[in-house]
Amino acid sequence: MTELYQQQRAMRAMRRAAMQRGVIAILDIGTSKIGCLVLRFDGPEQFRDADGVGSLAGQSAFRVIGAATTRSRGVRFGEIDAMQETERAIRTAVQGAQKMANTRVDHVVATFSGASPRSYGLAGSIELSGAAVSEDDIARVLAACEMPPIGEGREVLHAQPVNFALDHRSGLSDPRGQIGNRLSVDMHVLTVDSNVVRNVVYCIKRCDLEVAGIASSAYAAGISALVEDEQELGAACIDMGGGATGLSIFIKKHMIYADSVRLGGDHVTSDISKGLQVPWAIAERIKTFYGGVYATGMDDRERIEIGGQSGDWEKDRRTVSRSELIGIMRPRVEEILEEVRDRLDAAGFDHLPSQQIVLTGGASQIPGLDGLAPKILGQQVRIGRPLRVQGLPQATTGAAFASGVGLCLFAAHPQDEWWDFDIPATSYPARSLRWAMKWFKDNW
Amino acid sequence: MQPLSLGPASAPTPHPEAPARGPRRDPAPSRLTYRVHRMWLTPLYRALLRVGLPTFVILTAAGWFLSDPANRLAISDKVAEIRRSVETRPEFMVKLMAVDGASPVVDAAIRALLPVEFPVSSFDLDLPAMQAKVAALDVIAAVDIVIRPGGVMAVRVTERQPVAVWRTREALELIDATGHRVASLADRAARSDLPVVAGRGADQSVPEALALIRAATPLADRIRGLVRVSERRWDMVLDHGQRILLPEADPVAALEQVLALDQAQDLMSRNVTHVDMRNPLRPTLRLAPPAVAELRRIRSLSLE
Repeated sequence: MTELYQQQRAMRAMRRAAMQRGVIAILDIGTSKIGCLVLRFDGPEQFRDADGVGSLAGQSAFRVIGAATTRSRGVRFGEIDAMQETERAIRTAVQGAQKMANTRVDHVVATFSGASPRSYGLAGSIELSGAAVSEDDIARVLAACEMPPIGEGREVLHAQPVNFALDHRSGLSDPRGQIGNRLSVDMHVLTVDSNVVRNVVYCIKRCDLEVAGIASSAYAAGISALVEDEQELGAACIDMGGGATGLSIFIKKHMIYADSVRLGGDHVTSDISKGLQVPWAIAERIKTFYGGVYATGMDDRERIEIGGQSGDWEKDRRTVSRSELIGIMRPRVEEILEEVRDRLDAAGFDHLPSQQIVLTGGASQIPGLDGLAPKILGQQVRIGRPLRVQGLPQATTGAAFASGVGLCLFAAHPQDEWWDFDIPATSYPARSLRWAMKWFKDNW
Repeated sequence: MQPLSLGPASAPTPHPEAPARGPRRDPAPSRLTYRVHRMWLTPLYRALLRVGLPTFVILTAAGWFLSDPANRLAISDKVAEIRRSVETRPEFMVKLMAVDGASPVVDAAIRALLPVEFPVSSFDLDLPAMQAKVAALDVIAAVDIVIRPGGVMAVRVTERQPVAVWRTREALELIDATGHRVASLADRAARSDLPVVAGRGADQSVPEALALIRAATPLADRIRGLVRVSERRWDMVLDHGQRILLPEADPVAALEQVLALDQAQDLMSRNVTHVDMRNPLRPTLRLAPPAVAELRRIRSLSLE
């Protein structure tokens, strides 16, 4: 646990170093594409001295100066499968973004969708010694949370305090400076497979880059695709990626649950490929050009030349009607959505006051999904696109970049996590040392 | 892989009619390319390679070339040759010297002083030095040497005008109104039109001497000269050894007083050797010894 704490603190220090240098890269390691954005922190927000979130939700602090995306290789289900291939793909993306930005980046904030994330809700409480809640008290109450058994080979990716309660008053977002006797906290902890994280970090290190932060892509997509009132009132963001579909539930501007379904757009493509007996690339093209989930009478008459690149004239001249294609795609899309529904039910999403569901990610662009999704997920469904950030090229504003854009926001204003607070000084020598330091500070 | 602004990258080409191509080349940069690209984007390396390296190469090449004395000599020879060829163009040649405002004697002296072989390039003429050389002549008040278009070196000269002859123990000198020496004089008679001044410091107050000479016009034919006494006042010397001792302050007024006496009572034609006006309020006469004896005799007569 302490090791993880140190690692995460090192990442935060790296992020601060990158902020000082003013350039940081965003790396979205997905199953179908790897995107890299280069951010430059030089906006007026950078020099704002007041507290709180600034104009444009704090985004005017940075500007996207480089963007590149490449076909992902060696990634399956949002996890690194072939490290060499993935490393080459990361190099390609980073080099392209660097070239566009015309600057060198050394610090990377990365995200990935797989690694079977699991959410835990933790609670802890302490008796307050002093009158007002101090930073140290928060650290103590966070440390007082009982750690659930997260399992062998798992690691904590996010540990965010989502709610503070002071005596009988709950729902405090920041209790510092308030007066009370008993402070309790609810913390949301997201754990992932440590091997996957280790692979990602290793892969990035092999590209001569420093990891300045790691986030779950479901979380990143949530903060970019959900609008502010949805985050406040309660909403789920479903990031339909290539190999995995992430879902994150937000309420009161905090993520309270995240999960991922190991199904995505690539499975739809592979169904088409299998069903129509065509190569993967052609299946992908047919899906993006002609795909859909609702068949109409018109679709029976629309014939699609599917080709096959087999050299056999008969095989390469096959055609298929669009309704047949839809007939292949729809069950798979329904399966994904039903799987998501199960996860949402398991998380108790139907107990939230507002049950807005936002679909985003590359696979959410299937035509007709906005008609199919409400049948499975519930009435309040919309297709979301990521927030517009300054300098983002037009090509990267689509739904497929929701987690990349969210990661920009995460890099600019990360939420306070457990490791942002110092370990409480409970042991006697450390405390006396701190007292000595304080005495020095006070008297000189 | 391209930046996104250039459009989607690596789109598959699955059109059925498209000829089947070989396996698509992996566009990923090699590890070396990637590192070199990153290094190239580092500002320090960039500056080193774009500015430092060329500068170093140029300086090294130049240093290596110049380290050979033969090369240095060749360069300096070449430079000198080009310079020579420009300097000796006819536009820059000076063909003759013209001296303006000088009397023939001074003209000859200047020409002797500036031994310039014409034609000569104007770059080889050191005009300030020549000007200083000419200006060092006593007779020259001001000199201005310019090169006029057409290859003429014009020496414009203003000569000093002698206003008095200064007799020193050694020689006779002509001096101008500022007291500066103009020339030596072999014979006083050669410039009998000029008054004579003598005594140490006489050259320092020539204007005063001239004013006295002008004031003494009624006695002009009797004046032999002015003598500066103790570098502070003037004695006017007349013929027959007569002297008028003038005060330090306002000598002209004192002289006019003497002249008035002379006009009224014919003072200077009497047997008076000195008229002492050093204290203008108390003019004093010194008589010749016979006159004194005669005066005493007359006084004793009247007393008896």
